[in-house]
Amino acid sequence: MTVRDALNSALDEELKRDEKVFLMGEEVAQYDGAYKVSKGLLNKYGDKRVIDTPITEMGFAGLAVGAAMAGLKPIVEFMTFNFSMQAIDQVINSAAKTYYMSAGKVPVNIVFRGPNGAAAGVAAQHSQCFGAWYAHCPGLKVVSPYSSEDAKGLLKAAIRDPNPVICLENEILYGVPFEMSDEALSDDFVLPIGKAKIEREGDHISLITHSRYVGVCLDAAEELAGKGIECEVVNLRSLRPLDEETIIKSVQKTGHVVTVDGGWPQYGVGAEISALVAESSAFNYLDAPILRVTGADVPMPYAKSLEALALPQPFNVIKAVKRSLNVS
Amino acid sequence: TASEASFETNPCKLHKLDQGPSTNVTVSRDDALKYYREMQMIRRMETVAGNLYKSKIIRGFCHLYSGQEAICVGMEAAIKKEDAVITAYRAHGWSYIRGVSILGVLAELTGRVSGCALGKGGSMHMYNDNFFGGNGIVGAQVPLGAGIAFAKKYTNADEICITLYGDGAANQGQLFEAYNMAKLWNLPCIFVCENNGYAMGTSLDRSSASTTYYTRGDYIPGVQVDGMDVLAVRECTKFARDFVLKNGPILIEASTYRYSGHSMSDPGTSYRTREEVQEVRERRDPISKFKERIQTSNLATPEEIKKIDQEVRKLVDEAAEQAKTDPELPLEELYNKIYYQPPSNYKVRGCDPSILAPST
Repeated sequence: MTVRDALNSALDEELKRDEKVFLMGEEVAQYDGAYKVSKGLLNKYGDKRVIDTPITEMGFAGLAVGAAMAGLKPIVEFMTFNFSMQAIDQVINSAAKTYYMSAGKVPVNIVFRGPNGAAAGVAAQHSQCFGAWYAHCPGLKVVSPYSSEDAKGLLKAAIRDPNPVICLENEILYGVPFEMSDEALSDDFVLPIGKAKIEREGDHISLITHSRYVGVCLDAAEELAGKGIECEVVNLRSLRPLDEETIIKSVQKTGHVVTVDGGWPQYGVGAEISALVAESSAFNYLDAPILRVTGADVPMPYAKSLEALALPQPFNVIKAVKRSLNVS
Repeated sequence: TASEASFETNPCKLHKLDQGPSTNVTVSRDDALKYYREMQMIRRMETVAGNLYKSKIIRGFCHLYSGQEAICVGMEAAIKKEDAVITAYRAHGWSYIRGVSILGVLAELTGRVSGCALGKGGSMHMYNDNFFGGNGIVGAQVPLGAGIAFAKKYTNADEICITLYGDGAANQGQLFEAYNMAKLWNLPCIFVCENNGYAMGTSLDRSSASTTYYTRGDYIPGVQVDGMDVLAVRECTKFARDFVLKNGPILIEASTYRYSGHSMSDPGTSYRTREEVQEVRERRDPISKFKERIQTSNLATPEEIKKIDQEVRKLVDEAAEQAKTDPELPLEELYNKIYYQPPSNYKVRGCDPSILAPST
């Protein structure tokens, strides 16, 4: 099943399960979604539940937050998360903070979802990871699925969660098929928010990563395994809350850490994990400094060769692993 | 005394409407006394809040509602408890009229546990059932209000949302996004521009290319009402409530005035004259005018009015005392109410790595 279909079935099942759940966003209904994630849902649930909005991010994000304050459970699709910057005040100031400001009187049960991170050939304004931006903010939960199982289980968890949840999907992964277990195919399959997944076990080094870079790390790990280096690939799944326990356990086991993410390096996901490990009991287990593999510190260029150079590739991961282990 | 009386109000200006609210309004004696008492309560509460601010017991922002009381009192009188209201940061009067006690407001301002948000929200963030704040970001509450109205329609509730903003917020882009969707989907939303003449210190002539705020919804019908006349506001809101349940959104521009500066840090004298403020107090004050009306029409005796004034003063002063002396939340509450139903082992980091506090 592709990630796209997994997301579609998550939406389908949750719309069916709870009348208060509705989906709104640009082109989610008649057009079937700009990336076809909501395909067929309009026909199934009608225009009360699957709603095309005008191109007006701040307006419909705010409108959906208001609906959530009044007790509904909106799912807002941002055509891409790049456009969520138009609406970020409503996401942070209205959705994330109201429960605290009201001392618990006004919960906001809402999901903001859509493709995040760099796509291909769409240049600087449409290629950016918002993981660090949103995971910075208390009051929000942030999930970042990699596989189809992740996508379905995390989106369903996000919809059922009574808090504002950001679901950072990845456009490049939409068309990628993954095996789905019988369990994951069930209507009741929900993944816990705040729990990471060990995608591949290994003893020599921990690769801590999320979203499509889980795949990049798995490729690197495969290649390194041929050289006798066993990588443990930790798929974070949630950026907030962060599964510190799984990270720390893995680091204590391997003593070496490389973080891999597609965001900018400064103040990014990798920076956070480095600081977390440095402050934790796992620090004493480190046999080498933590290294970060991240997106290059540049706005995304359009040209193909430059774009490739701006995003982590398996060879970047392999280089960092070798440096950490001091092997050539 | 009379059991009821009728008055002529100033006619409303209309936009895309053939007929507006009636200019002949009737009020019962009980209601008249209630409105008078509520307006006085807000006026006194704000005076006390201003004093608490000056004695540094209230911190941060504090935007007073004095001068605008007829709007919240008149509107509340025309809607149901189940109807929703959302407003901007000038929220004290609205919080009170939506059921927060005087202590709930004043103690929120002093940051004490008896505040309606336990002191976590402060001046701009007060909430109650069907009252959604209190929003500190100019204009941000307007799409939220449209969304609350959306929820009312979605659940087939026969209820509406009143969404308020000032003449300053009237120029925010997101208002026009909200108007568009509200009309597109015919949401039961009354957009209300409380036009007090000044966006902070910028007068409406200097901020707005069009100052006829009731027309600025373009395709949304609008009414301009005298926001200094509680009965006109009530009548207009009744009209608007019926209208939005049948036809979708409407705009009300309520012309009013604020006596204080924008906030307590603004003496309000650099961009307007003292004479201007004085003239409004003498000629348009919503409370004095209403008092005169109900006395001349025999709805209330001067003794009754005096008694209300005394009761109000006593009640507010008592609440203020308690707001000064009640404790603040215990320190561990810093870490609570970040997430609704957080995982049982959820911990929140404090300012240094040694602090990992449980959070509920």
